[in-house]
Amino acid sequence: MAYINIPSEEQLPGIRGLMAFSPETAKPLNALAEILLRNPNNTLSQGERELIATYVSYLNNCTFCQMVHGSAAQCYLEDDGSLINQVKKDMLNASISDKMKSLLTIAGAIQKGGKNVTKEHINSAKALGATDKEIHDTVLIAAAFCLFNRYVDGLGTWAPQEASAYLDRGPRIRDEGYANFDPMSYIQKS
Amino acid sequence: MPHISLPEHLPGITGLLEYSQETAQPIRDLTQLLLRGDNTLSQGERELIATIVSYRNGCVFCTNAHTAATDLLLGETETCEIMKQDIDQMPVSDKLKALLKIASLVQINGKAVTPESVELAKSFGATDAEIHDTVLIAALFCLYNRYVDGMATFTPDPQSGFYQQLGERIVNHGYQRLPQGYDHLKKS
Repeated sequence: MAYINIPSEEQLPGIRGLMAFSPETAKPLNALAEILLRNPNNTLSQGERELIATYVSYLNNCTFCQMVHGSAAQCYLEDDGSLINQVKKDMLNASISDKMKSLLTIAGAIQKGGKNVTKEHINSAKALGATDKEIHDTVLIAAAFCLFNRYVDGLGTWAPQEASAYLDRGPRIRDEGYANFDPMSYIQKS
Repeated sequence: MPHISLPEHLPGITGLLEYSQETAQPIRDLTQLLLRGDNTLSQGERELIATIVSYRNGCVFCTNAHTAATDLLLGETETCEIMKQDIDQMPVSDKLKALLKIASLVQINGKAVTPESVELAKSFGATDAEIHDTVLIAALFCLYNRYVDGMATFTPDPQSGFYQQLGERIVNHGYQRLPQGYDHLKKS
């Protein structure tokens, strides 16, 4: 049970319950997720951006966020789950580009604290072709998931443990996005 | 020097919010709502939450800016300084102390918040909405602090008067972008 009283909590795990509790703050939170993770005007693909979100959520040990965004990343990257697992377990040896590894390294530093990002991290990403905007967006996506993960876990929300519970989430994010997310659409009418 | 090219007349978060106005808008909206919206926590109390999280994240820019805003809203400078040393010694309610302790746990990680820390706040009268807003403000400043330091933005000298001006701006105008922009801050 969450630390606060959430309507239909048993049907609204993770951030869904919090967005039902506080629809006013949900709006800018969803708008931020939409522009960072879905805006088509970005040289990082939606799959790459969801991978950053998944990796940071994994490092923050946030079950709900890493499963939901892992499902979205899997969906965009047409992965059966093995690539996502590789990135979580051993990112530097995963089957992703060197540029992506350098950006995930920056995201991993952000997860620990802003000052952990070094000039070397940035120079290495730039040498591999990362642009200023890609570095900016990587930092902000990682910082945003340090917000989302703390929000979800700091209020003690519940998360399904079985991966199958998240399978539908990836396609829904791909097809519907975040901007108009309505937690109530997940409540099954009896 | 910042890791990417940012407007030189706008240090800390201010340059980032101009560099990327599209992502700035929802961040500004969320901050305005949480720190300035209708709330049973006063604006000064909410700025204290922003300050303690920024202080514990070691983000000098955000700590100085929100200390200045807090001091203006409280009309004194002592409470904020005592908070940084020891929350228990603050001349504030037990409820606010308990909420600041929850915020300090959020700073560490979401899972660091314990049922006991929440029960304590509730026993002093904290409502669900106050606990929710405390956690979300603390989480928001974990974003801001990482954004500001992760991009290695410029941090002005505390003696320069910069933070006093910024504190006045966020107390008097809030967190939305100034309608006229920020060109007037360019040094001639």
